[in-house]
Amino acid sequence: MAKGKMKKKSMSVDMTAMCDVSFLLLTFFVLTSTAKLPEPLPVDTPNSTVQTKLPESNLATVTIGGEPGKEKVFFGVLGKEDRIATLEKMGSRYQIEFNDEEKQVFAYTEGIGTPINELKKFLNQPADVRNKIGADQPGVPTDSLNNQLKDWVEMARTVAKERNNKVLDVAIKGDAEANYPAVKKVIDILQEQRVNKFFLVTGLRNEDF
Amino acid sequence: MAELNTGGGGNKDKKVRSKKQNAGVDLTAMVDLAFLLITFFMLTTSMNKPQSMNLAMPDKQAELDIEDQKTKVDENRTMTILIGGDNKVKWYMGMVNNPIEGPTDQTYGKAGIRQVLLEKDKQAIAYSREADKGLIVIIRASEKATYRNLVDILDEMAISGIKSYALVDITPEDLEILGEK
Repeated sequence: MAKGKMKKKSMSVDMTAMCDVSFLLLTFFVLTSTAKLPEPLPVDTPNSTVQTKLPESNLATVTIGGEPGKEKVFFGVLGKEDRIATLEKMGSRYQIEFNDEEKQVFAYTEGIGTPINELKKFLNQPADVRNKIGADQPGVPTDSLNNQLKDWVEMARTVAKERNNKVLDVAIKGDAEANYPAVKKVIDILQEQRVNKFFLVTGLRNEDF
Repeated sequence: MAELNTGGGGNKDKKVRSKKQNAGVDLTAMVDLAFLLITFFMLTTSMNKPQSMNLAMPDKQAELDIEDQKTKVDENRTMTILIGGDNKVKWYMGMVNNPIEGPTDQTYGKAGIRQVLLEKDKQAIAYSREADKGLIVIIRASEKATYRNLVDILDEMAISGIKSYALVDITPEDLEILGEK
């Protein structure tokens, strides 16, 4: 039988549509992305089934992490302007003057875990030293005699009240392996200021665990 | 389409023309690049906001009142969950000194404490005969407990729909039950 030879089609695929789609997606991602700031103290949060989202502004985060038994506490506020205002207030309470450069550095720092008297030195370090950290910062002091966490929270709340006229939300981001007393201590410090509602930062899981 | 159709098409006059190159652009490389960038942005963005769980603690001043109330609260509806070290969890109904049921060891998760909570909540509702007066859970965590344990228990509260629960400091009697004294 005489086989009719199939006419070979061109092997090149038209990429135009694909190109369109991919650039559309690219544009979307470029526009929606917010650059990730380096985390000062990486923590492995426990999981829960509750799916409330964290507020995106007007939030202070207290991070508890580090070695179990020797937990460190870090503190951070969302929003550059709020951060600077908080730092200024903190500076005036402890009679430390921060210059503009230090304020800028602080505005781009997700959270700090340095006692206030060493903060100036910390902010003047080069960026790579500052960012690798976690282990280098001793944590915010929370002792009853030297309770700087209390002051940070208080200042951040004052700032939120004055600038945004809102009550500051407080999130606790604890490491899953952190000991309960460390968390309880932070909760107690917050409760002293009548902050009774917290957001516990958790991962997501389904109900069959 | 990206191929521009040039050349051919009713070349009626017999003029000799130089054969024109097909002007289609090969977009493969561009697509490659675009997808590379997409991948990069997808991986570096923190699109999903972290999940969180709400925890409302009673006011410190109000807590003193709760201690008073506790004697008045019906012990048939009160369940205490003790969180200990090494992922241990125990529960009992009623008062520490004279528990109605327990203390019993339990495990975390679906087959463990959740069953107990659901069952006791039903019993408490049946007892009080009011749908909104279910189980009251008191959570006491020992010093050896981890934050994960606490979140797990709070999560169980959310799953089993128990509305009244409180996080309370542990007492020596409870530590004794846990065997951590």
